[in-house]
Amino acid sequence: MSTPSPAIEMRGITKSFPGVKALKGVSFSAYPGEVHALAGENGAGKSTLMKILSGVYRLDGGAVIAGGEERLFTHPLDAIRAGIAVIYQEFSLLPERTVAQNIFLGREPTRFGLVDHAAMNREARRVLSLFGSAHRIEADTVVADLDVASQQLVEIAKAVSLDARVIVMDEPTAALNEAECEVLFGLVDTLKKRGVAIIYITHRMREITRLADRVTVLKDGETAASFDHVPEPDVIVRAMVGRDIGDFYAAPATPQEIGDVVLSVRNAGNERLTNITLDLRAGEIVGFAGLQGAGRVALAQAIFGFSPFTEGEVKLAGKPALFTSPRYAIRAGIGLLPGDRKAEGLVLMQSVTDNGMLTARALSALAGKADATPFASTDQMDGLLQDLDVRAGSFSQEIKALSGGNQQKAIVARWLALAPRLLIFIEPTRGIDVNAKAGIYHLMRDLARKGTAIMMISSDLPEVLGAADRLLVMRAGELVATFERGVSEADVMLAATGEEAVAA
Amino acid sequence: MSQQTVSSTEAPGAPRSGRLPKINPVFFVLAALLVAITLSNPNFVEPTGYMNFLKRAAPLAILAAGQIYVIVSGGFDLSVGSLITLTVVGSSMLLNNNADATWWVIPAMYAAGLAVGIVNGLVVSFLRVPSLIATLGMMITLNGAAFMWSSGSPRGYLPETFRFFGRVNIQGIPLIQFIPVALLVLLAFGSCLFWLMHRTNLGRMLHAIGDNPRAAQMSGVPLERVRITAFVVSSLSAVTAGILLGGFAGVSTDVGVGYELQAITACVIGGAQLLGGRGSVPASIAGALTLTAIFTLLNFIGLPKPVRDVVQGVILIVAVVLATYRRNRAGGT
Repeated sequence: MSTPSPAIEMRGITKSFPGVKALKGVSFSAYPGEVHALAGENGAGKSTLMKILSGVYRLDGGAVIAGGEERLFTHPLDAIRAGIAVIYQEFSLLPERTVAQNIFLGREPTRFGLVDHAAMNREARRVLSLFGSAHRIEADTVVADLDVASQQLVEIAKAVSLDARVIVMDEPTAALNEAECEVLFGLVDTLKKRGVAIIYITHRMREITRLADRVTVLKDGETAASFDHVPEPDVIVRAMVGRDIGDFYAAPATPQEIGDVVLSVRNAGNERLTNITLDLRAGEIVGFAGLQGAGRVALAQAIFGFSPFTEGEVKLAGKPALFTSPRYAIRAGIGLLPGDRKAEGLVLMQSVTDNGMLTARALSALAGKADATPFASTDQMDGLLQDLDVRAGSFSQEIKALSGGNQQKAIVARWLALAPRLLIFIEPTRGIDVNAKAGIYHLMRDLARKGTAIMMISSDLPEVLGAADRLLVMRAGELVATFERGVSEADVMLAATGEEAVAA
Repeated sequence: MSQQTVSSTEAPGAPRSGRLPKINPVFFVLAALLVAITLSNPNFVEPTGYMNFLKRAAPLAILAAGQIYVIVSGGFDLSVGSLITLTVVGSSMLLNNNADATWWVIPAMYAAGLAVGIVNGLVVSFLRVPSLIATLGMMITLNGAAFMWSSGSPRGYLPETFRFFGRVNIQGIPLIQFIPVALLVLLAFGSCLFWLMHRTNLGRMLHAIGDNPRAAQMSGVPLERVRITAFVVSSLSAVTAGILLGGFAGVSTDVGVGYELQAITACVIGGAQLLGGRGSVPASIAGALTLTAIFTLLNFIGLPKPVRDVVQGVILIVAVVLATYRRNRAGGT
């Protein structure tokens, strides 16, 4: 901290989206020449905070102070002009242009009104030389020919050539291998020496230990902890997951309640999953934890036949069950409640009853009576909706107008009518208020008690820990750990991030 | 609010909720137009007036009742106009002035319609061609086929046995004196399509895939089968409309021209959601009657055919704008 005033400071930032308070008064600063690590679980508010900093979102409350004065960024260009560059996980490079053209995209040096290619390449080479000779990138290479790490470096070169005083890196190592990571770390050190303030977003303790000067942990839109030094990894992890588990979860299954194996998967895989072996039993709720992209949803979709397994063996109640479409899986007794209700679950213009009846009708004869399928009649469906306490003016109104919790319960009703052997819940409480959440947990438990096997996928770790009887952790398309009920969040988090060594 | 485009017949839950069923505005518009026609031509209240009106409107009404299947499922069927042409031209070629051939020519035309519908459905479902393009291609193909078959100069007339459906009136009915066979065909065909759309699983599946195909798939709806069925229903309705049109229009290679857009316009007037998920058979039939009533009125006023086209275009746009506006105000998706 060579200079006393921060390069960027955010004070008491609040931001709401419809139905969610994403940030509740978060303060954050970065000084020239330091690496400030920003950690937190998925949905903790890291990305929202950085999008406010870079002008993608407008803040609801609080202040952003850059270069000593308060700024209101209404457009990403405002932030770039103020010297703030963000390097996102998805690259914004044009693959068919050269490295130099990408670095100077939109602000090409000109001579007599024409692009001055010589000057552009010269300047690009100067910026690229900062990376040292260990990882050479030629200014006139087409970006598509570069490997992922080099593309990442070009992104950073672009930020450097903009004379950015603050560079935000959002999980920059997500796509890099070991050696490439080292190149990146070296570059971060170089930038640091040049007095750039770096905000480094990551889940990985190893990177925080290696790079950071300070650490801030966000949780549920609030600052859970802020350290002026780099503490032990488990201290950070605890801050990331630390939350009191309310008593609003249903009681766990007793050993007698857990029955026979319903679904068994042996050495199964596809392009996103490797060597999956697991058993799901009647009466048991099995939680699946892992980071975004760890393969939990891919696993559910493979079992459900949406993006099927290409190898291995799957059995449902003893019969082969490698399904190639959801329809076949449903017919065999598997149900799935999608994580994105609006995109994958609801037919919004149809009535609540119609949404509940959808699968019952889909599995009945096309010319059969819509009001009386072999699975349920509309009257029985309305009774079921009532039992689930779906609140609606009338079940014949469009489902669009219902709250998230009531919509979710209508989808649950859809599956209850089919009485499936295995029910997969993906993010069952996303976008649902606290009371409705408790309702969903108890519903899951009731179903399990009636002999359904339940697979529960959630990015909300305390929720999985509270609701599940057993916990499987996935990482990079593989099952990496199994925990019994009562495991600590820190242990799960360490397994999910691949930091077992640190835990030892 | 958001239910106002749904006809009372379509919402089976409405009576259960204990509220008055909402009536689709198209029925009021139709009633107003019929009053206007009566005022400008008092003879309209005579059976010859309104029965002939219904007879003239029957082909379009049948076509709209079939088109709504494809629209509700989230697509368009532009091939129906050319399928009408093919039905009329093909029948005249196959009949070859032989009245005894009618009994097998009509089934043959339905078989052709079935094939067209299946091909449309297969191309849209499995080759993932947008329905607008797939059926446009089919439209051009069928027009060309009809032209080639008849060498561009179709034979002059169809035998009376074939024209029975479109042309004949059954006389001696008390009160209304006579009833056109075309109206009976409309009532029978319309009732079938009403039942299939609003009382069976197929109807709800059509709504679901038009509303959100991905959610429908994740819920086990057999997307391909449902989509193909929709195109088949539309094609069969086009063959039926073609048989009626062959009855009272002459044989020519442009008998079906423009009918595909009139059918779509009729559905939109009936409150159908253009990208799928919402629509009703009775309201689409009412939309077809409304469109025919507008044309009749313009005819009485003495406006030429090009003006009719302009009016039809304006109606189509206004109907879509109104539907969009209503949805937005209702906080639609």
